[in-house]
Amino acid sequence: MSERAATVSPPDERAQEEQKHDRDASTADGTPDPVTSGAQAVVRALENAGVEYAFGVQGGAIMPVYDALYDSEITHVTMAHEQGAAHAADAYGIVAGEPGVCLATSGPGATNLVTGIADADMDSDPLVALTGQVPTEFVGNDAFQETDTTGVTTPITKDNTFAADPDRVGDDVGEAFALAGEGRPGPTLVDLPKDVTNADTEAEPATPETPDTYEVQERADPEIVAEAAERIEAATRPAMLLGGGVIKGEASETCREFAIEHEIPVITTMPGLGAFPEDHELSMEMAGMHGTGYANMAITHCDTLIAVGTRFDDRLTGGIETFAPDAAVIHVDIDPAEISKNIHADYPLIGDADTVVSQLAEAVDASPEATKWRAQCQQWKSEYSMAYDVPSEQSGDEPSTSSKMPEDEPVQPEFVVEALDEATDDDAIVTTGVGQHQMWACQYWTFTEPRTWVSSHGLGTMGYGLPAAIGARLAADDDQEVVCVDGDGSFLMTMQGLSVAVRENLDITVAVLNNEYIGMVRQWQDAFFEGRHAASDYNWMPEFDKLAEAFGARGFRIDDYDEVADVIAEAVAYDGPSVIDVHIDPEANVYPMVPSGGDNGQFALTEDQL
Amino acid sequence: MSGNDRQRGLEGPPPEERPTPDGRRNEQGIRIDPEVEATHDPRRTVISALVKHEPGVLAEVSGLFSRRQFNIESLTVGPTTDEDRARITLVVEEPDPGIDQVKKQLRKLIPVVSVRELEPDAMRRELALVKVDAADPAQVAAVADMYDATAVDSSPETATYEVTGSRQKIEAAIETFEQFGIREVDRTGMTALARGTDETTGPTPAEASVSAVEDATQTKYTADDD
Ligand SMILES: Cc1ncc(C[n+]2csc(CCOP(=O)(O)OP(=O)(O)O)c2C)c(N)n1
Ligand SMILES: [Mg+2]
Repeated sequence: MSERAATVSPPDERAQEEQKHDRDASTADGTPDPVTSGAQAVVRALENAGVEYAFGVQGGAIMPVYDALYDSEITHVTMAHEQGAAHAADAYGIVAGEPGVCLATSGPGATNLVTGIADADMDSDPLVALTGQVPTEFVGNDAFQETDTTGVTTPITKDNTFAADPDRVGDDVGEAFALAGEGRPGPTLVDLPKDVTNADTEAEPATPETPDTYEVQERADPEIVAEAAERIEAATRPAMLLGGGVIKGEASETCREFAIEHEIPVITTMPGLGAFPEDHELSMEMAGMHGTGYANMAITHCDTLIAVGTRFDDRLTGGIETFAPDAAVIHVDIDPAEISKNIHADYPLIGDADTVVSQLAEAVDASPEATKWRAQCQQWKSEYSMAYDVPSEQSGDEPSTSSKMPEDEPVQPEFVVEALDEATDDDAIVTTGVGQHQMWACQYWTFTEPRTWVSSHGLGTMGYGLPAAIGARLAADDDQEVVCVDGDGSFLMTMQGLSVAVRENLDITVAVLNNEYIGMVRQWQDAFFEGRHAASDYNWMPEFDKLAEAFGARGFRIDDYDEVADVIAEAVAYDGPSVIDVHIDPEANVYPMVPSGGDNGQFALTEDQL
Repeated sequence: MSGNDRQRGLEGPPPEERPTPDGRRNEQGIRIDPEVEATHDPRRTVISALVKHEPGVLAEVSGLFSRRQFNIESLTVGPTTDEDRARITLVVEEPDPGIDQVKKQLRKLIPVVSVRELEPDAMRRELALVKVDAADPAQVAAVADMYDATAVDSSPETATYEVTGSRQKIEAAIETFEQFGIREVDRTGMTALARGTDETTGPTPAEASVSAVEDATQTKYTADDD
């Protein structure tokens, strides 16, 4: 009997752990045993799909699957909560570029997954959820721990299946895996009744394949490509808008080349962070509600918008009437339903992002004449600089350094994000919770590589950060650092995941930007509710550094500027999970800001401009 | 400066000092001439979908309509000659961009094989059972005759008729029957097929994806103003 599944190993056995996780070394022992049960077919389907990790929590209805997993090469990471399992698998999928897998039992196990599945659905993250279900004969009788899981998850999955047939259950799982990853990615779910997984079957699952009714268009209509190319050549104020689809479609390189060759300023959406290097001259960074002023100016004033892999979410567009109102929109998307859903596409290009941008690159012969426009963009970059107000008399023109920071001033969050960025390599992965801290991470971390930004965009799920860091850690290269920029409120929602990080000795650094507020709400209350802080004040917060130590992680605390650099360096260097409780200025706010439904070009730089 | 009286925010020209673009979009995200209020009025149309005949499909389709707030007037579903396929016929009332969305979102559902909006000349039929008071059987029978309605049931107090035909005909029949006092009505919702050799919905997904491209190309509501 193998000892590998459901491992619980003390940190000092890390070396062996790593060996175990090294899959390449352990596939040499010939063909696997034939399948004898539905549960084994499920696990075999996962193995056929190349799954290395699965995240989950045990329970009655899923026990047969766990029992089969016990003999598998797949490493199961037992999570502290199923929501964390879904987020970890989701983040794994984002970083690895192939579906992450989570498991839960029926009833509460399945419903605990729901937030994570909905999150993956909103962000088009590849995720496979396997849920136990009560035996088929009890379904519909309100049996113990019965929930209509396929019913509950239909609106939040790309597809789901109730596995009714032991001879097909392996193929159901293979199909779910293929569907989750192909085309526009998304979450899929297979509900596994216990009698089906327990049943005898010799049906070996076939290679994972999408159902025959599923087709994805790779190449865009060449006629529209030609028209779009003409439009680009004739543009005087062109801009590219790169969304999360660029990263998922592995089109970052092609988009970079295209933008640089034709000197087109590049804006990203929030999920698009990392699609284009933010330290490049052409980068206008992120647009939208808390995007940079210059990105919002550029998107508002461009005459041609080449939008790739974005669904024009309302946090990006602000009010539709004022969104890029002069721009002919060239919209590249693999999902036809995104074309003209929110913003009308003048040039609809349905297809795979990388393929279609390559088609465009081939079709565009001459770069647009946009010297003036580029100069304008540069001017906006300096006029609306993101330089934040440093609370120091000597701050002047010189770059802020911690040695110059006065001791009695509260630490500004932007400074902490920049310090974390500096303390880590370019390929470091950042995960976040949801709130102000997340926006500061977007704004002040300089993203240069795809698949290094792992956040909850569409659903905005507080508590995403830590479990996501766990999943990201296991998908990342060993030498890639993983940093979770969290909020105090968000961290509190899923911090039980620390037990997992400690048990698996995962090298992650959590920086809790602690404002003792659910700060984003407090900021809105100040701006829109006359400062009435209804239920946003969190001054009963635990001491996170001590809490971390109680879990067995390293705990740090920062109160003053002069501690920032050193403590971060120590925490990042620690080979294992660490938590820094960073006490930041509780009154710090996120700007620029476009209020909901507002005009992007009229972003507020201060509260009185709202 | 203390943490509290610092001006919180960023530097830069305030909103009123910034240039503003001339253009505008309507609420459907279509670029418009700022002078005209170009919105698309809703129109009623029939959409036919061939779907996998399996549990949950109907729930998935109806759930899609409710959660995306598509305006749906009727939905019928029934088996086809292929036991693995069922046909769903939908009557929706939406502006053009909304109709496009309905088609694309339907197509996106994995168990949906193909989707098509039927031509205005497609055959459309609905069936209604109308149960009326039978105080004046001869009069009732005369009205039934007018609408080619067939008697299905009669009792000393009631008469029930089956009416088939276009929606307008059914509505007219019901309105006319109303003079006798209608006890109950049940309507099937619209069923529809394309005329002649024209196939209502292609049996393969390939056709669905081709029509997705067609759609995309067709989705040009504005004259190109460049
Ligand atoms: C699960 C969940 N519940 C509630 C919200 C609403 N919400 C958005 S931001 C926010 C505050 C987050 O507080 P914290 O994590 O401390 O971040 P901060 O804004 O203070 O940086 C809340 C409550 C949410 N996004 N997610
Ligand atoms: Mg907070």
